[in-house]
Amino acid sequence: MEIKQVFRTLSESSGVSGYEHDLASTLQENCPWADEIKTDKLGNVIMLKKGQGTGPKPKVMLAGHMDEIGLIITKIEKEGFLRFGTIGGFDQRVLLAQEVVVHGKERLTGIIGAKPPHIQAPGEQGQAVKMDDLFIDIGFDSQEQAAKYVRVGDIATMKRDVLDLQGSIMAGKSFDDRAGVAAIFECFKVLEQVSHKADVYGVATVQEEVGLRGAITSTYGIVPDIGIAIDVGFGDSPGLPESDTIKLSQGPGVAIGPHVHPKVHARMVETAKEWNISYSSDPSPSPGGTDAYAIQVARAGVATILLSIPLRYMHTPIETIDYEDVKRTGRLMAMFIAGLDNEFVEGLTCF
Amino acid sequence: MLLARLTEANGAPGQEGEVRDLIRAEIEPYVQEVKTDALGNLIALKNPDAPGPRVMLAAHMDEVALMIVGIEGNGFLKFRPIGGVDPRVLVAKSVVVGSKKIPGVIGSKPIHLQKPPERERAFTMQELLIDIGAKNKEEAERLVKLGECAYFTTKYEEFGHGKVKAKALDDRVGCDLAIRLLKEDIALPLIVAFTVQEEVGLRGAGVATYQAKPDIALVLEGTTASDVPGTDEHKHATTVGSGPCITVIDRASIPHPPLVQELFAIAEEEGIKVQVRRNTAGGTDAGQIQLAEEGVKVATIAVPCRYIHSPVSVMSKDDYEGAFKLAKSYLNRLQEREASR
Repeated sequence: MEIKQVFRTLSESSGVSGYEHDLASTLQENCPWADEIKTDKLGNVIMLKKGQGTGPKPKVMLAGHMDEIGLIITKIEKEGFLRFGTIGGFDQRVLLAQEVVVHGKERLTGIIGAKPPHIQAPGEQGQAVKMDDLFIDIGFDSQEQAAKYVRVGDIATMKRDVLDLQGSIMAGKSFDDRAGVAAIFECFKVLEQVSHKADVYGVATVQEEVGLRGAITSTYGIVPDIGIAIDVGFGDSPGLPESDTIKLSQGPGVAIGPHVHPKVHARMVETAKEWNISYSSDPSPSPGGTDAYAIQVARAGVATILLSIPLRYMHTPIETIDYEDVKRTGRLMAMFIAGLDNEFVEGLTCF
Repeated sequence: MLLARLTEANGAPGQEGEVRDLIRAEIEPYVQEVKTDALGNLIALKNPDAPGPRVMLAAHMDEVALMIVGIEGNGFLKFRPIGGVDPRVLVAKSVVVGSKKIPGVIGSKPIHLQKPPERERAFTMQELLIDIGAKNKEEAERLVKLGECAYFTTKYEEFGHGKVKAKALDDRVGCDLAIRLLKEDIALPLIVAFTVQEEVGLRGAGVATYQAKPDIALVLEGTTASDVPGTDEHKHATTVGSGPCITVIDRASIPHPPLVQELFAIAEEEGIKVQVRRNTAGGTDAGQIQLAEEGVKVATIAVPCRYIHSPVSVMSKDDYEGAFKLAKSYLNRLQEREASR
């Protein structure tokens, strides 16, 4: 399958934090470049592409998280409607009138509803509908009917097919961060064509959205010399200040900040310039939100960097990217890896 | 399935062409005459010369939509609603724009960059834009013309316990019922008006009625159901699954009382579960139909729909079948009465 198609399949599949297992098989079946694939106890999928030659080799870890934000059922009302909480950060305002899939005994179609506007109090229409006032309508007429299919604690995900907008712009759910996972595949594909000494561990991490947890265990297990987290960054969109965003269609944001090793940053930028791969500078003063933050402090510390694929409307079901940026990110990582040797890696602890 | 095709077709008020063409092709084999008028109403005549009262069935083809009113320098599209749309239902939805059906999304600011109080306030229509992925204004202008409309992209699907979800059930369910009735073996002079511009003030119905000159009119609608958590039972207006509803009063009409009583009586005799629409707000084409010429006897039979005027509405298949059976029984009885004269 074309990597873009794999990305599409991943986006349309379900994998809320802690429930990523359905994605693992898609990854395993579509990663012909890996020499070894394994999963760890948390469910991280670790795909190793070995470097050429013998002797000590640099170890590079690429991390893209495969989990998505989602909903969890908290109550079945007597009329059969479901109440829910969230897993990960949702703006309550994006939920109204969304279609969802409730993962009960079977996949159930649901619609997120609220009381209709015409019976709301005056002034209420200027206010957001509160999460507590929303419910999922699964088309059952009673608690008894619904309870045959759904239990409290079941998960729900946004129901959304990928949309192709103009050119290579795409929109859909959970591009955050399956676009990052796709970038790892794009990197592997390029690495097939170039020689590289480094062993490359592509990791589809779990539970990023609830606290970078998959990155913690997978990094501990891999013990990489260099960690590259690939996540999504705020794409330019109306109403957002330019300084908070990176532009779509201009390659990944290359982060600079406390979670980025200065020598890795310098080499990444050099690589981009040498190979004429477009990128944006992405100053990142508050580094806590991505796997890079967890990778950096694993064991005795890892030299890390964060590459961000520009994405509009983050944490909504219509996240929007330019797929060319995914390819650019993959290619940049591949050329960076191709240029690595033991000498560079040894220098990373010398300040 | 016809209702699936009807709901997935697009037709803003004044731009009902796609729906009209679909309906015209569907009904042509069953009627003696089909015509359109100056507003775009589609009017079909069946047995125009048969004896008996002239009965009009009316359903509106238009749906609420978003009209493109501007193209920003960065290629994003500005829009305003055409018909009643709550901006809160638009956030993070997909649409198709205009005759070329250009796909687009209505985005919003990421939660990460919001301050908590922002999440308490609804987005306004002015803040929301459609992103079609155009690189700039010039590219967007090649794809979309001002005045074209954007539509929701919801697919028709059956789900839950005998429920249907789709966009524009208001009033494609009425169109579907009218088409089904038209295909039945009915000997009365029947006029079926598929009207335009209901959502912007019942504009098409009066014009259609003036031409059709019916004695009696049945308006077939998809109406609001508020039977959801957080709503007091007395404010439910209608309840999904409790049968089709019969309107006794709304803002635009007081349906002809003897006709309304007859419908209730038929429902009881035929064992059709029906409900009274328990809300005086809202209006249907009945409001204009009753005022045509020297007046027309009207009644409205409606299928309760949750979340109307949003990307996805929900109805019960039983209610829909009940509405069909009620209207059909009424026509049958009228015909029997005529035959026994």
